[in-house]
Amino acid sequence: MAETHKPPEKFTLRLRRYDPEAGEAPYWDEHTIELEPHRSVLEAILQAKDRFDGSIGVRCSCRQAICGSCGIRVNGEPALACHTHLDAAKRSAKDGVIEIEPMGNMPVLKDLIVDMDAVHWKKIQRVTPWLIAKQPVPEREYIVSKESMVDVTQTMGCIQCGACVSDCLAMEVDPGFIGPAALAKAYRFVGDPRDDEHEVRLRDLAEDPQGIYDCTHCFKCVEACPKDVNPMGQIMRLRRIAGNDFDIVDQNNGERHEATMVGLIRDYGLLHEAEMVPRSYGGNSWFGKFHPAAGKELLSSLPIVIKGVLRRKVNIKIAIFGHKIAKQDLKGVQAIYDKVEGRKERYELNLYITGEDEPTQDAAAVPLAAAQSSTEGSAS
Amino acid sequence: MPAHDVLIIGAGLAGQRAALAAAQTGASVAIMSKVHPVRSHSVAAAGGINAAISVDDDWHSHAYDTVKGSDFLGDQDAIEIMCSEAPKEVMDLEHMGVTFHRNEAGEMDLRAFGGASMKRTAYVADITGQALLHVLYEQLMRHHETVERYEEWFTTSLLKDDAGHCCGVIAREVRSGRMEAFTAKNVILACGGAGQAYKPTTNGLIVTGDGIAMAYRAGAPLMDMEMVQYHPTCLLETGILITEGARGEGAHLLNSDGERFMEKSAPNKMELASRDVVSRAEQIEINEGRGVGPDGAGIYLDVTVVPRKRTLEALREIVNLGRDFAGVDITREPIMIRPGQHYIMGGVKTDVDGRTPIEGLYAAGEVACVSVHGGNRLGANSLLDTLIFGRRAGEHAAHRAATMGMPSVDTRPHLREDSAMIDAIIAREDGNGSNRRVSEIKNELGEVMNKHAAVFRDEAGLQGALETIGRLKVQAASAWIDDRGTVFNQDVLGAIELGYMVDCAEATVVAAIERKESRGAQFRTDFPERNDEEWLKHIDITLDENGEPQVSYSPVTITQWQPEERKY
Repeated sequence: MAETHKPPEKFTLRLRRYDPEAGEAPYWDEHTIELEPHRSVLEAILQAKDRFDGSIGVRCSCRQAICGSCGIRVNGEPALACHTHLDAAKRSAKDGVIEIEPMGNMPVLKDLIVDMDAVHWKKIQRVTPWLIAKQPVPEREYIVSKESMVDVTQTMGCIQCGACVSDCLAMEVDPGFIGPAALAKAYRFVGDPRDDEHEVRLRDLAEDPQGIYDCTHCFKCVEACPKDVNPMGQIMRLRRIAGNDFDIVDQNNGERHEATMVGLIRDYGLLHEAEMVPRSYGGNSWFGKFHPAAGKELLSSLPIVIKGVLRRKVNIKIAIFGHKIAKQDLKGVQAIYDKVEGRKERYELNLYITGEDEPTQDAAAVPLAAAQSSTEGSAS
Repeated sequence: MPAHDVLIIGAGLAGQRAALAAAQTGASVAIMSKVHPVRSHSVAAAGGINAAISVDDDWHSHAYDTVKGSDFLGDQDAIEIMCSEAPKEVMDLEHMGVTFHRNEAGEMDLRAFGGASMKRTAYVADITGQALLHVLYEQLMRHHETVERYEEWFTTSLLKDDAGHCCGVIAREVRSGRMEAFTAKNVILACGGAGQAYKPTTNGLIVTGDGIAMAYRAGAPLMDMEMVQYHPTCLLETGILITEGARGEGAHLLNSDGERFMEKSAPNKMELASRDVVSRAEQIEINEGRGVGPDGAGIYLDVTVVPRKRTLEALREIVNLGRDFAGVDITREPIMIRPGQHYIMGGVKTDVDGRTPIEGLYAAGEVACVSVHGGNRLGANSLLDTLIFGRRAGEHAAHRAATMGMPSVDTRPHLREDSAMIDAIIAREDGNGSNRRVSEIKNELGEVMNKHAAVFRDEAGLQGALETIGRLKVQAASAWIDDRGTVFNQDVLGAIELGYMVDCAEATVVAAIERKESRGAQFRTDFPERNDEEWLKHIDITLDENGEPQVSYSPVTITQWQPEERKY
């Protein structure tokens, strides 16, 4: 309760305005509003709109982070306006003024309103965003595991607000990248046991150069998502399922690169740079070192290697012979591998699935003295 | 000029379901919404959808619970249809892709909900509405060739031909400000309730009674408008909804003495009595000084009694809401809530196929009153209502379309009239301070409704509210705005919405004054008893030629359940 019931304070908003009819460039507009500090940035914008300037354009409806309308940027970071507290926004502001802009990677239509159809929804449509149901359709419900439905609930929880699209770095460089929201949507079907086209979907998304392997792993979408959908995590799961379950080859060699790194650390405890390229092209064998693609890749890497040596970032001896760590440490590393790889099923983290219940004493320690004393007294 | 067999206004669950049903018959279908479809307020429905799908369940039991929940004001023929068709509808949605949560056997899991005699609520964590809405939108994307979508188009009025049949709409493209006339053989209103006429409300800012008011102005009767649901668990400060699923999973309500006060008014069902009963019980605690929080205006909802793992899995959204909007970890401590405006049982009067008395005009979902909810809607029956009657309206309208030609009506005068209406709003001045801002009037309307047309009502308060509404109606007609542009002029749409809300509020208060008894959500402190002899009937409100609401009555359809005393 500490956060709530503080008296109203003044907050200043600096709004990025754009009027497409004025024929003028975007400009900044400041308004000072008064609200309790735990109220949302959306409420602040609406107060400015109600009291000072009704022409401020912003999409909004539910005020509770479920309709996905009010995606914006607050102090340069993508956010839902209704889901961002004023005090937090003020803390992250450069000069105490809360800076509010439209989302990125999408054309601005007016003020804080962007063209989601042109980017976001187009990309959603790219991933065949509907269930292709297994046949025959049962008379009652499909019988599927409890875990599978809880699992896809995380991606079902996406509210299509576009915050992840706004700041996707890969999309900034390659606007054709299918992107975090649409690929999370794709997982919603690939993770759904009732869908009949897992392999077709995965092959499509793996073979598209702007598909799952176009993600650069920057975590921006993970941070941006107000609903903890973890889009990048879903993309990584699509990659794992494609590679491990359907043997779909990653044309960028990323998957073998990853496998090599994992294997090297298992064997040596630390990375063995000289083995990276040959193994990821030629596999874990002595002959692999002479794989033509590996040679080519090695050759193209030479300038970087030389630069690294000259700048003393690479130690030639260690690079060639590998890092050495103490035996008991290596054993420790290998014990982790044994444990993780010893599991029967691939272990995936999911928000909706948590560990065991905590001991009941924890629940009993509810800080409500009144409730505790009276449940004995008055409940009869 | 666009022309369609079936034109649906509103793209929440009722609208999208209607569109899919109509398209399946081969009709040419279009769906129009002032927001992108997934922003529709159906998205906020959390707890689940009722259907007697368990092998131990029977739709008759669901129907009886619904009749009893309605305080016997619901029409039993419509309730029988809704409850008997529910299991198949839920299965159809499951086949479309809704990720309903499962039990250990892999079958759909069911949770307990208020007013239900057994567990019959299917759910997707506590984002059921969102899951349903997004899956239906997946289907609209799939069938993009057969269902035309007008996204971010605001409907300004309904068109009628010389015979008085509905034959299309006038609408404004929000993005460009372009006005357009749409001809249609049938129009289905599916654009939700009017919660924004209240402040605070759980409803989104877009829920402004557009469909109810447009139909009312076109001459359609409204029914059960006095029946306004206050949801028992809204966050004390912001009014944000905490799903009934929390109580379904076992959460308790406590007063300042830490007492589970529901045992006084509902010793058997306790927290899972129907919503009107629980909201009233809470309000009594608050009024009698046993509330919690600032001014004692709240009640504790204690979710800590639900196992934490279960809460995180099945009530994830409200864990986040508690954290983000009240600074409370609901798995560790109780959270302060209070009753808040949530749903209007009333709406445009329809039959079981969604037909209004205006030929060619249909309504489904919260905008409509079939009436399946009567005096009080059971939790998890609204999603069901939208889907069943959305589908039925879509099917019926498509079949009607197959029997007729495209109406030929000169839409130009209507188009000019609505364009002029909008231009006039944009041109309004503040009249040297004599005219008010739209936002001021809206706030005053919301506050007066929340004060006098709420959980407890009486003649004096309602008459005072009616007087205020009369004044606001006049002021709304001259309210001024800032935005003079055409692209995304949300300001001008806000002024039109204000007019819609005032009409809805007026109908609600007139009906509440008329019903001199207490039934369901209408509790008159001056008439505290239910009076079946005089008031077991619907109140219909129609707009007369002078723009004044007129009251008439229609009978309640009773098939197999005679009114009896209502106890939980």
